[in-house]
Amino acid sequence: MATLKINGESRTIDGPDDTNLLWAIRDMAGLTGTKYGCGVGLCGACTVHVDGVAIQSCQATIGDVAEKEVTTIEGLSADGEHPVQVAWRDQHVPQCGFCQAGQIMQAASLLSEKPNPTDQEILEGMSGNICRCGCYERIVAAVRVASTGA
Amino acid sequence: MLQYIKDFIEPAPQPDSSRLVFSNVSRRGFLKVSAAGFAVAAFSADANAFARYKTGGDSMPNGLRYDPHIFVSIDPDGTVTIVAHRSEMGTGSRTSLPMVVADEMGADWAKVKIVQAEGDEPKYGNQDTDGSRSMRHHVQSMRQMGASVRQMLVNAAAERWGVKPSDIKAGVHEVVNGANRAGFGELAEAAMKQPVPAFEELTFKEASEFRYIGKGKVGIYDLHDITTGKAVYGADVVLPGMKIAVIARPPVVGATPVSKDATQTMTVPGVEEVVDLPGSIMPAKFAPLGGVAVIATNTDAAIRGRDALEIEWSDSPHSNYNSENFTQEMRKTAKKPGKILRKEGDPDGAFKSAAKVFGQEYSQAHMVHAMMEPPVAVADVKDGKAEIWAPVQSPYGARGDIAAALNMDIENVRVNVTLLGGGFGRKSKCDYAIEAALLSQKTGIPIRVQWTREDDIHHSFNATTSVERIEVALDNDNKVTGWRHNSVAPSILSTFAPDSGHQFAIESGMGHVDMPFEIPNVSVENGAALAHTRIGWFRAVSNIPRAWAIQSFASELAVELGRDELEMMLELIGSDRTLDPPKQGFPDDFWDYGEIYDEYPIDTARLKNVLKLAAEKAGWGKELPEGEGIGLAVHRSFVTYVASAVRVKIVDGQITVPEIHMGVDCGFAVNPERIRSQMEGACVMGMTVALHSGVTYENGAVAESNFHDYPMVRSTNFPQKVHTHIVEHPFSVHASGIGEPGIPPVPPAIANAVFHATGKRVRDLPMGESI
Ligand code: FES
Ligand code: FES
Repeated sequence: MATLKINGESRTIDGPDDTNLLWAIRDMAGLTGTKYGCGVGLCGACTVHVDGVAIQSCQATIGDVAEKEVTTIEGLSADGEHPVQVAWRDQHVPQCGFCQAGQIMQAASLLSEKPNPTDQEILEGMSGNICRCGCYERIVAAVRVASTGA
Repeated sequence: MLQYIKDFIEPAPQPDSSRLVFSNVSRRGFLKVSAAGFAVAAFSADANAFARYKTGGDSMPNGLRYDPHIFVSIDPDGTVTIVAHRSEMGTGSRTSLPMVVADEMGADWAKVKIVQAEGDEPKYGNQDTDGSRSMRHHVQSMRQMGASVRQMLVNAAAERWGVKPSDIKAGVHEVVNGANRAGFGELAEAAMKQPVPAFEELTFKEASEFRYIGKGKVGIYDLHDITTGKAVYGADVVLPGMKIAVIARPPVVGATPVSKDATQTMTVPGVEEVVDLPGSIMPAKFAPLGGVAVIATNTDAAIRGRDALEIEWSDSPHSNYNSENFTQEMRKTAKKPGKILRKEGDPDGAFKSAAKVFGQEYSQAHMVHAMMEPPVAVADVKDGKAEIWAPVQSPYGARGDIAAALNMDIENVRVNVTLLGGGFGRKSKCDYAIEAALLSQKTGIPIRVQWTREDDIHHSFNATTSVERIEVALDNDNKVTGWRHNSVAPSILSTFAPDSGHQFAIESGMGHVDMPFEIPNVSVENGAALAHTRIGWFRAVSNIPRAWAIQSFASELAVELGRDELEMMLELIGSDRTLDPPKQGFPDDFWDYGEIYDEYPIDTARLKNVLKLAAEKAGWGKELPEGEGIGLAVHRSFVTYVASAVRVKIVDGQITVPEIHMGVDCGFAVNPERIRSQMEGACVMGMTVALHSGVTYENGAVAESNFHDYPMVRSTNFPQKVHTHIVEHPFSVHASGIGEPGIPPVPPAIANAVFHATGKRVRDLPMGESI
């Protein structure tokens, strides 16, 4: 049993401390925007923020994030108007869309650390997130748009 | 794919629509009435705007629907609800088909709502989302239904205002006659009581009148939900009391548990039950592999419980399958004469009298689709009924298979379609949905079956593995006088019927017998290879190994003869013409993607045109820095013509792709924006296929397990810039699909570019990232 702070709300998770954070978010907190893609830290579909920094939730336990602020795609902005979300729509990034919550969370974290990343920093910053549909060109373009606010 | 396969293994199904319960799709203000009441003023359809043509859609199971009552409803507040009856897996068809309806009827896209159809083909017509068919088969019916609704709105207004329908103009979401104006919502109820006009009574928009069609300005319908995490995929469906199942499946197809110890599993907190699932042995269509299911309160517990199972598996007839040895066997077979599928002229004579024979061999490893969303399904089976929620490409096909597995009437099974987090052909095979249904039936509770990534990679319906051997006969002037292409690859048919080792017409139709070069003597052959794992279709299917071989070979031949590659490729394709299958020795069962050949003939002018387009835009012939090269390839698949001109740059021995130009001819381009996004995606997946995608079988089991050993192209090395050049056509040039055809030319164009950059020729897929 642990209490997690997710998107500003306290939620009680009925599971041992080593319960996987991704599945706690999805199955126990009922927030399904965060996706499972590999379970081993290789795809980024499960990316959330912990105290504002992107992590792969499949690689954390609920014990790891006790006392910390977890933010999922549902909590990134109240109205879906975070500059990264806006840029994603502006650039028509998604195809199937499944990887995109993770991509957006990664991009938001990248930009909060480096508001004006170089191309190389974008490519490296996004390298943990696979898009099988192949939206990379638009992902990079959207990160650029979000970074300049253009 | 599946629908065509049925023709080869069983007589076409005769749906008994009288037994099917029609679901309760909203009909607000959209009541069907007798067609007798009102005489509609006759309009002559403008032949230029829309002359009807025949597609294979009519001969698909359950065909097409033209009745707007099934697809469109209008609320009094003007909201137009349009049904999306195809599955959305990333191509955009859930947006693009309703967009066609909306544009033709004059609806304002901002007032359009889309609802996803459940699996019900007797109602909606064919729903099997596969074969790049959605736009190809349904664009006409969507236009017709849109035009019908517009006409019905006009007719209703005419009645109300006592004027002639021909004096009424349909505007955007309203109709107008002088000072009279009425919005769609206002007229909805009266309009929907109008008889549905016959095709001949309809008028269609001219291209200049389109607001959305051909413009590419409409975002995908789910864009906002996707960017806010609200979009619902398979695993996002939650039912009260639902439990999660994760299954230990046999590592080798056909193996069964000899012994099982679940002691450790039962100690995992959250695990509730361990349930055996019956298995299957090929050919078993989409029957689950069987195994042992761990049912838990959450996915984490179910995965841990599954991993803690101790199971000893039996041997299977396929326990000796080793893919490396198998490739060597296929190489031997490819060197011998195969079963002749197409014979034109006198190939033996041409090779006997040749001044020179030039041959090469190309191979391709098994692949796994690895869509970002692994297979998943939710089932609730109770009180003699079953309801399923799943990301499936063929919801009605799945409904039939699930009904059969549950031993239920199809009318008692409902299949709801979620968004698909990628499909690529894997989600045409509904084994995962059958698993969920069986487990829910057994346990009496709602069950979600979740596949892990390891499950996905281990238990695929693999893309086949192949060896393709091509030889040409050359005369003294280095003219190509003979062509021999022996393709050796286990067949998809082995999943459906006893395996002969030979491919069938659908596979042969994908770039093998339909080889378009103008060569007088041709022998197209197929050597036998038996399947030892489940073989299925993977986006673009057999076109991948065929384009890989033929387009690599064309480049090699040019190099061998000291010719310019573009010139050589154009010369091989030859004069402007449409191929004549019977005259050119094609087999009687030649399969042109299920179309009537004369409607979608193989047109060499279109093929050459996209090649020239891509080559020219890429600056073919220009000087490049050391370590760079441009490669070309062109291929027709799914009746769409695509050429790739890839620029490769070798950086510290690593293959990188700074730029790709794609020339695309898909007939009339309905949604250019999604055509571009599909081409960008095809370049990425094509690069993954070229560099990375291969699974290895060792003793019958797949050796790879996750993205570390079955890697994907990532942001650190992907095609940096994709330029898509779409050939413009009027509506009369039949629209064709774009989900698959972008893939086949990419891997050979990469290999050809690698050759120009390095002088090294790669002939085996995957080629690896370093050279
Ligand atoms: S699911 Fe966590 S990185 Fe893939
Ligand atoms: S949009 Fe489909 S995986 Fe990225």
